[in-house]
Amino acid sequence: MDGMNTAGVRAVARVRACADGRGGTCLPELEGDGPLALRRTRGSGGEAHVLLVGAMSGPLGGDRLTLWADVRPGARLRVGSAAATLALPGQHGTEARYDVRLTVAGGGELHWLPEQLISVRGSGLLATTHADLDHGARLVLREEQVLGRAGEEPGRLTTRLTVRIAGRTVLDQELACGPGAPGGWDGPAVLGGLRAVGQLVVVRPEFEEKPITARELDEGAAVLPLPGPAALVTAVAPDPLRLRRILDGAAALLAPASD
Amino acid sequence: MSRAALLVLADGRFPAGGHAHSGGAEAAVRAGRVTGAASLEDFCRGRLHTTGLVAAAVAAAAALGADPGELDAAADARTPSPTLRRAARRLGRQLLRAGRVAWPSAELDALAERFPKGAHQPVVLGVAARAAGLGPADAAYCAAYESVSGPVSATVRLLGLDPFEATAVSARLAPEMDTVVSRAVGTARRVAGEGADALPAASAPLLETGAEAHAGWAVRLFAT
Amino acid sequence: MHLGHSLSHGGPEVVGADARRPDGVRRALRIGLGGPVGSGKTATVAALCRLLRDEVSLAVVTNDIYTREDAEFLLREAVLPPERITAVETGACPHTAIRDDISANLEAVEDLEDEVGPLDVILVESGGDNLTATFSKGLVDAQIFVIDVAGGDDIPRKGGPGVTTADLLVVNKTDLAPHVGSDLARMAADARAQRDGLPVVFQSLRSEEGARDVAAWVRERLAVWTA
Repeated sequence: MDGMNTAGVRAVARVRACADGRGGTCLPELEGDGPLALRRTRGSGGEAHVLLVGAMSGPLGGDRLTLWADVRPGARLRVGSAAATLALPGQHGTEARYDVRLTVAGGGELHWLPEQLISVRGSGLLATTHADLDHGARLVLREEQVLGRAGEEPGRLTTRLTVRIAGRTVLDQELACGPGAPGGWDGPAVLGGLRAVGQLVVVRPEFEEKPITARELDEGAAVLPLPGPAALVTAVAPDPLRLRRILDGAAALLAPASD
Repeated sequence: MSRAALLVLADGRFPAGGHAHSGGAEAAVRAGRVTGAASLEDFCRGRLHTTGLVAAAVAAAAALGADPGELDAAADARTPSPTLRRAARRLGRQLLRAGRVAWPSAELDALAERFPKGAHQPVVLGVAARAAGLGPADAAYCAAYESVSGPVSATVRLLGLDPFEATAVSARLAPEMDTVVSRAVGTARRVAGEGADALPAASAPLLETGAEAHAGWAVRLFAT
Repeated sequence: MHLGHSLSHGGPEVVGADARRPDGVRRALRIGLGGPVGSGKTATVAALCRLLRDEVSLAVVTNDIYTREDAEFLLREAVLPPERITAVETGACPHTAIRDDISANLEAVEDLEDEVGPLDVILVESGGDNLTATFSKGLVDAQIFVIDVAGGDDIPRKGGPGVTTADLLVVNKTDLAPHVGSDLARMAADARAQRDGLPVVFQSLRSEEGARDVAAWVRERLAVWTA
């Protein structure tokens, strides 16, 4: 732990995945502290699996958490989390920050599939995710935000998701919601009163040759080909279960498990 | 500089193709999310603070002279719906045509040469504002106002909404347009030092998904 | 049936926007077809395509009100290869797209010339609108206004910009006149009075050669354009 002071916890976790030269993936770096702990679990095939555990207690207001995942050429890494992450109010009334930084080298593959981020009433969180991919890298990234526990008003949540491929930003989007967010966030142009919103980003070099087509998946959900070998699935749903079902269906469509 | 040029550029009758677009209002009306003046206002407020803010910041940055190519790429990254990217470029091309006749300038000519199929509309809007002798706040005002006026006038046609009530929606949102413009210009000024990443990226998921749903309809009144 | 005046009345003048493309080549002649809903604009366009497509390089822009229906009719009828037919969406306001804000139509005609050119003639069909809807001179070089006998034989008498100023007035569906009680002679006399010598064509598209007078008028316009 980098330290704790009245302003909250600062914690950093890192994982680096490299090809082990025998068709598998090794993790020369795997460390976390405070509320961020990483555990290697049983992988499959050449893919290493890592689970983020204990994240459910944070972030609290004032905390600053940073997660790094770096996938080197030829390595395959899948990261999930043991439970949903709860953004909770802190004692200091200040905003928390949760930053995820992902880098994937050409020939590397990352599946970043954490559980939902739940914005609890009274909390304030700025969550940013930057994925920086080299040419030829693969990514499946899923993020889900749930606005409030069941029947609860949400806290203040701002998320920003940026995806860069070979130096070009193909996606940069921010979503601000909850009390104090700019007006209209809950209205018919943005979330329409729905409480679960999610993004699935799939980057596959094959999309250069075979571009996918835009389509509506469900009311409030669509496949959106990005300006690059990538697609975004955006979905808004009444609850986390419905949201997950839509995103799982989209993942099966865009990134079949067989390859 | 002629301040009145701002009125010419912001006029809903400026012949740049806007009349064929509802700004997502047609999809929202069909989905039952916009049913009258109150829900229209909420729709427009959300649009103003998301895609309106982004468009205003891009337009302001272009009016300040930032590189149009960089701004166009930034607008692309902030517009995940391919239908909306195409529409933005088509509208940019139409605005460029009108702008070059209204305010002939080497910068607009260069823009047309570089983007023969059109740059994102807010990029063109900013360069046209420059050509008209206007500043970044003027360009941002045009973009912010358009983000509201498009859906408002479309909804008058779609729902037969009382035009006085519809205009009152725009009027009530005016103070928030001021807020959006000052935020947009603030970030646009940072582009020179920090690059286009400094631009806001506020998004509206239902506008994006609605645009793709709308594009698939066989019968519709508006292009988007 | 042709009750019109000399087709060469007055000699057409070049009224459209810049007749040269940026590369200096003369662009295609653009002819607008407007008129009320159901008067037979699309059928006239289809008939013109069939009569002219073997002798001139043609393309069509449609301005549908709320669908791509007109474009799809022309595609289904295969009057031209699909790449020569483009639909412009008009936002529920067809007259705006052909008169007040012609930017989308100009993109469409220019894209057609770039992609399937060289073209001799582009027919720009308006979405069905009212009797005041006319084309901007920035968009077309000449315009045809199509009305029909079933719409009421008093339309020529009532006038309006389309009836009085169009370069050619077409009164369509003459075969229906006896059934709807329309007086063709009266329509012809009223049109003559309203139009100050501009030509009028009466046609029925029930017969194979129904649009031949309109086609002849287009040929004449094209001859002047390319002269």
